[in-house]
Amino acid sequence: MIIRGDEPEQIRLIKKLYKPGNYFMQGNEAVAYGAIFAGCRFYAGYPITPSSEIAETMARELPKLRGYYLQMEDEIGSIAAMVGASWTGLKVMTATAGPGFSLMQENLGYAVMTETPLVLVDVQRSGPSTGQATKGAQGDFFQARWGTHGDHPIIALSPTSGQDAFWETVRAFNIAEKLRTPVVMLFDGVLAHTRELVKIPDIEEVEIAYRKLPKNEEEAKLPFGDPHGDGVPPMPLFGHGYFTHVTGSTHKENGLRDVYTPEVHDRLVRRIHRKIEGNRHVYEKYEEHFTDDAEILVVSWGVTARPALGAVLEAREEGIKAGLFVPKTVHPFPGERMRELGKKARAILVPEMNLGQMILEVQRFVNDDVLLKGVNKIGGVPLTVNEILREIRGVA
Amino acid sequence: MAKEIYSRYPMIKYLRKEALPTALCPGCGGGTVLNAFANAVDRLKLDPKDLVVVSGIGCSAWIASPYFLADTLHTTHGRSIAFATGVKVGLPDKKVVVISGDGDLASIGGNHLIHAARRNIDITVILVNNFIYGMTGGQLAPTTPYGAKTTTSPYRNIEHPLQISETVAAAGASYVARWTTAHVYQLIESIKKALTVKGFSLVEVISQCPVQFGRRNRMKEPAEMLRWYLKNSVPISKAKNMSPEELEGKFVIGEFVNRQRPEFVSELNKLIDEVQEHFGLKEE
Ligand SMILES: Cc1ncc(C[n+]2csc(CCOP(=O)(O)OP(=O)(O)O)c2C)c(N)n1
Ligand code: SF4
Repeated sequence: MIIRGDEPEQIRLIKKLYKPGNYFMQGNEAVAYGAIFAGCRFYAGYPITPSSEIAETMARELPKLRGYYLQMEDEIGSIAAMVGASWTGLKVMTATAGPGFSLMQENLGYAVMTETPLVLVDVQRSGPSTGQATKGAQGDFFQARWGTHGDHPIIALSPTSGQDAFWETVRAFNIAEKLRTPVVMLFDGVLAHTRELVKIPDIEEVEIAYRKLPKNEEEAKLPFGDPHGDGVPPMPLFGHGYFTHVTGSTHKENGLRDVYTPEVHDRLVRRIHRKIEGNRHVYEKYEEHFTDDAEILVVSWGVTARPALGAVLEAREEGIKAGLFVPKTVHPFPGERMRELGKKARAILVPEMNLGQMILEVQRFVNDDVLLKGVNKIGGVPLTVNEILREIRGVA
Repeated sequence: MAKEIYSRYPMIKYLRKEALPTALCPGCGGGTVLNAFANAVDRLKLDPKDLVVVSGIGCSAWIASPYFLADTLHTTHGRSIAFATGVKVGLPDKKVVVISGDGDLASIGGNHLIHAARRNIDITVILVNNFIYGMTGGQLAPTTPYGAKTTTSPYRNIEHPLQISETVAAAGASYVARWTTAHVYQLIESIKKALTVKGFSLVEVISQCPVQFGRRNRMKEPAEMLRWYLKNSVPISKAKNMSPEELEGKFVIGEFVNRQRPEFVSELNKLIDEVQEHFGLKEE
C-alpha cells in the first residue's frame, strides 16, 4: 500500500511512537527521524561509514510505520530501487558516503531526467577514494552539482547541526515532492556522529508535502508536460492504468523517446532547468548573522558554519565588524544574496573542510576588489573557532 | 499496407501503436519474444493495467518498452531488476516483468540478477540471450560462445560463456527455464508459468541476432540461426546424462527449477505485521 505520510493512521502511529521533546541523538538519527516525519516509507541502501546509522535507524523504525527497508546489493541498486518505488508513489530515501555517492551518479542523472522525487543523503567523508573512511569532510560540494553527466540542474541542501538535520531532511522531502526532482542532502561525518540535543516536534507542526498528481486522463497522458506553467508536470503513478512510459532517454511530453529531434531535447532539458531555476522560492534558504554592517564576511556551510559562527561572535567581542552568511541550500547557490553581501564586505573568508570548493561559487558573485580567502583544513578534523578567528583577525 | 498487417495481428491490442514500427532489425528474435510475451499475457487473461514492464538498455530492452502497452520503465544499462525491485515493493499486487538482454542483465547487471534470485522477489525476468551486444555494434558478451567472432574478439573468443539459467537456478530462483526462439510454444508456456509462479522467475530465450552475431559467424539469415538452435538444443532431461565434453556448444533447454520458496515482498510484509503486533501498533 502506498503511504504518503499524512494519512490519519500514519499521524496516529507517529504520535504513538515518538513523543515530542528533547532527545540526545546522533546527527544520523536526526536525519532518519526527519525522513520519517516527512513521510518517507521506503529506504533502500547499502552500508557505508559514516552513514550507516541512518540505515540502521530506518531498518528499526520503518516497519513500525508500515514502511519498507531494503538492503540492496550495492549503491547502484539502491538508487535504482528508490526510483522504482517512487514511481509507485512512495516517498523514498537512501543515505551513503563518498564512494557510494560516486556509484549512484548515473541513476541520479536518471532521476533528474525522469523527474523522480527522491532524497539522497551523502554523509561526506574524507577522500579521494577510500581516503580516511571514518572521518568527516566537505569534499563533495561539486560532486553533488556535477557528478552525473550532461546538463543537469540539482538541488542540494546542507544542514549545520543535528537539529537542523531533522528539519532540513523534512525540507528535502518537501522540495523533492513539490518540484518532482531528486534532492541531495550534503551532510558530513562530523555532524553525523555528534550526539547533541535534538527536539522532536509534534507531527502537527511538520509540513508534509506530496507530489502533484494528474487531475484527469488528459494530464496523465502527458507525464512530462507542463500543464500548469510552473515546469512541474503532475506525476502519473504506476499501477493506475495510465500506461505511462518512463525513460531516461530524451522524451516527448507523452514520455515516448525521441532522440533525433534537437528541439525535443532542448525543450525537455530546458524545462527541467527552468523548473529548478524558476522555483527558487521553494528551496532557496540561507542564514545570516551580523551581516547588516559586516566588513569581514565569513561564508561557510554545513558543519563548518558552527565554528565559523563562534569565530564571528568572538570577533564581534573584539570589536571587529564580522558577519556570517550560511547557504543552507548550497545548489543552486544563493548567488543574488551573495552578490549583495559581497558589495558591502571588504574581505570574505570561506572556511571549509576541503581545499576550496564553495569558495569558487562565492567567487562567481563577488567583485575582484574584495579580498577573498579560503580557510581550508583537511585530514578529518573539523576547523576550530580559533583557527577561523585567527584568519578574521588577519584581515581585520 | 502496413496498417492491414497490424489489423490482422490479434496481439496488436497489447502494443503502443504510436511507438510502432519497432526499431528491431528484420529477422531479429526480439519480435518472436514480444509475440510470445503478448500471447502469454493473452492466454492468462491478464489485464495490462496489472502489469509493469521494466527494461534496461540494449536492443532487447526495446522489446516490451516502449512497445508493450502497460506502465513501462526503461532504465539505465544493467539496473532494470533493481528498479523493478522498488516497483514490486510499492505495488505487490501487480505483475512486474523485466525484459532485457544478456549483456544488460547478466554482464553489467549480473549482481542484481543473482541477488534478486537469492531474495526470491516476485519478478518475472525474460532474458533475451543473443550471444552478443547488438545495440552497440556486435561486441563480445559474457554469453558469446567460445571461439565465436565479434567486433571485440575479431580473431576468436577465448572466454567461456556464462550459463545464465544454471547460475540463476543455483542462486535461488523459484522458476527457471531456457528456450530458443525456435521453441515458441514451449516459450509461451514457460512465460505463462513464470508469470504465475510466486517468486523470482527467469525465462532465458536464446534469440537470433542475424545482424551482429549471425553475419560474423556464418549465419547471415535468421533461418540459419534458428536451424542452428534446433540442431544443437538438448532437452534438460537428456543433458543430465551427458558429459561436459558432449555438451560443449549445445543449448540445454527446458525447465531448470520450479519450486516454492518464501517470497521477498510477502516476507517483508509479514515482518511488518509482526513488528506492528509486537509493539502494539495495530489499530484496536
Ligand atoms: C553504463 C553503460 N555502459 C555501456 C552502455 C552501452 N551499451 C548500450 S546497450 C549495451 C549492450 C547491450 O547488450 P545486450 O543487453 O546483450 O542487448 P542487445 O542489444 O544484444 O539486445 C551497451 C554496452 C550504456 N548504455 N551504459
Ligand atoms: S542488432 Fe541484432 S539484436 Fe539488435 S535489433 Fe538487430 S538483430 Fe536484433
